[in-house]
Amino acid sequence: MFGLDKKDTTLLIVVALMVLLAPFILNPFPEGSAMAQFNAGYPDLMQRFVIFGIFAIGFNILFGLTGYLSFGHAAFLGVGSYSAVWMFKLLSMNIIPAIVLSILVSGIFAAVIGFVSLRRSGIYFSILTLAFAQMSYNLAYSVLTPITNGETGLQLSLNDPRILGSSATADGSIPVTSLFGLEMRAAEQIQIGPWAFQFSVGFYTCAIIMLIAFYLSIRIFRSPFGLMLRAVKSNQQRMNYTGLNTRPYTLTAFIISGMYAGLAGGLLACMDPLAGAERMQWTASGEVVLMTILGGAGTLIGPVLGAGFIKYFENIFSKINESTLDGWFSFLPDGLQHAVVWVADHFVGSGWHLTLGILFMLVVIFLPGGLVEGGQRIYAWISGSKRKAKAAETKTEPAE
Amino acid sequence: MDAIILQILNGLDKGSAYALIALGLTLIFGTLGVVNFAHGALFMIGAFCAVTVQRFLTLSFETVDPTRTDFLGNPMKVKTPYVEAWFGADTGAAIINWSVPLAILFAIPIMLLIGYAMERGLIKHFYKRPHADQILVTFGLAIVLQELVKHYYGANPIQTPAPDIFRGSFDFGTILGFDPNVIIYPYWRLVYFGFAAIVIAGVFSFLQFTTFGMVVRAGMADRETVGLLGIDIDRRFTIMFGLAAAVAGLAGVMYAPINAPNYHMGMDFLVLSFVVVVVGGMGSLPGAVLAGFMLGILESFASMNQIKAIFPGIDQIIIYLVAILILLTRPRGLMGRKGVMED
Repeated sequence: MFGLDKKDTTLLIVVALMVLLAPFILNPFPEGSAMAQFNAGYPDLMQRFVIFGIFAIGFNILFGLTGYLSFGHAAFLGVGSYSAVWMFKLLSMNIIPAIVLSILVSGIFAAVIGFVSLRRSGIYFSILTLAFAQMSYNLAYSVLTPITNGETGLQLSLNDPRILGSSATADGSIPVTSLFGLEMRAAEQIQIGPWAFQFSVGFYTCAIIMLIAFYLSIRIFRSPFGLMLRAVKSNQQRMNYTGLNTRPYTLTAFIISGMYAGLAGGLLACMDPLAGAERMQWTASGEVVLMTILGGAGTLIGPVLGAGFIKYFENIFSKINESTLDGWFSFLPDGLQHAVVWVADHFVGSGWHLTLGILFMLVVIFLPGGLVEGGQRIYAWISGSKRKAKAAETKTEPAE
Repeated sequence: MDAIILQILNGLDKGSAYALIALGLTLIFGTLGVVNFAHGALFMIGAFCAVTVQRFLTLSFETVDPTRTDFLGNPMKVKTPYVEAWFGADTGAAIINWSVPLAILFAIPIMLLIGYAMERGLIKHFYKRPHADQILVTFGLAIVLQELVKHYYGANPIQTPAPDIFRGSFDFGTILGFDPNVIIYPYWRLVYFGFAAIVIAGVFSFLQFTTFGMVVRAGMADRETVGLLGIDIDRRFTIMFGLAAAVAGLAGVMYAPINAPNYHMGMDFLVLSFVVVVVGGMGSLPGAVLAGFMLGILESFASMNQIKAIFPGIDQIIIYLVAILILLTRPRGLMGRKGVMED
């Protein structure tokens, strides 16, 4: 189906089902129960899942396929956000032009940065991209204030022209983002027994765009172009020896991945029309690297899993505080309870970044293939040694 | 002319910090071949060593002074630091006053230990892994260290003053024959520059004039051959890692009075220090020092108002701009050697 083989079609359908049914899947606990704080089925968070999923999918096209580790991808996210907000300010509140412009602008931006950075590889590439991203971040804060509105961040106002739309709604407030009149923040709540499921337009818009992006990334992975990128990763020198110039390929991959980041940035602005320079900071670039690695770089589903995993636990861990912990460990003897709570308190609430850092290290040390590899290992372990023996028998060494 | 001298002087202290961190980074890279993204965190820990020593020295107990009363009429509580009680008021006050220089003594063993533990516990397992993995794991470690410090010291900068005699500024202009108060330079920055120069000279002479340093240099050139000669090069490289950590830590300790330490200062410096290392040339120690001072001074020139009037915002991006230009024209950096990190 759609030019995919059977396995990929299954993967796409599974992902599509998971994303489209997310309001149900992420809301397993009834409202008001003690476990309700672990629910993630509200629009704001689900939107972030899919948007950062797009970001990570795009990053994976560069890092997973070519092995070029960019530490400056957040710059494209920021550029995308800024262009989308400008579209809302100047043209109309329809999200289509905003998204198109953010993809275009970030693509051009990526072309320029990539053209320069891709002259070098390895750690030099990482540092060049980092330098460009920091440069954009610093510029957004200082000189480009007329465009970016500096520290305050770019926001909509009642004085914006909005040629095709209206500057203000009838009751004098700022209009909201919409898709041909369908407001992004509109949400439907369905009550089934004690469960409350929320379906928002914004989430489904993002979800459909994310599925398209995911489909495209599968096609890229399976295309001759994708194969060429893998060849670059495994041995660029040999590629050069065969008389092939790899740079157009890596540059294309860089631009595509930049456009994905721009799309994610544009969508972030569509859901909440403001853009700030902190989206371009290098910690944001580090986050997308982490998502991709955690999920499994170079795999199709990995980045999506990684993005969801990190955003989910970021949300949950930040919400837990000391009194919640006290409640959980109240069954322990008093002294022990204090000790356990004291230790656990480091990792929750504002200590979430500590957990993130430790997780990051553990994944890189023990599970370089990420969650996907972990899943495969567990699967292999469950399916037993019979299969393993068979695989070893038929395995042939590649000719060097 | 006076403005130029002033900018050069202003660039020196930041340049010294860049040079010291870049020196440590290059040492680690040259010996172990590891890209250490946690080096900025080591710098930050150094600065917090100064904070910790100051806190220890100012630990005090409360006594009630019956002769004085506070504004409510109650007997006033007086805080006396233990140090003052033990050594007498004058000596105690002097010790507290000199807490930052004293912190150096405390920081050296701590940083050596942290460096040693880091290398043995973590980095050791990453020699054979790709550079991307090394970057990622040390990046994770940097986040962890930073968050731990944030948890215990809070997110706000902590003022760590220098000794009183270094407060105030030195009128540099009068020596060179300018009018007084044209070129003034804070004493502590002068101390910082001198200190950095001593540390850099120390590291270089350690590598150049001791047998240990000779073996390390030989190991940097050809690790395997040195190993075949029956020398335990790994152990020496571990010690070099500890040394690099100590250099970063010392840079941090002495930097604390210049900029109040906060938990993300390491990250801010790290990005710039990497740029410095790349500009200087990966694996080249003199290159790192040279590039550190050069970029520090360039940055301070770019922040002159006359230059900002021509190129607005140039002070924010000058370092990155220079790095990009250098990488494109001299791919190995200013003094990079052939065959280092060429993949």
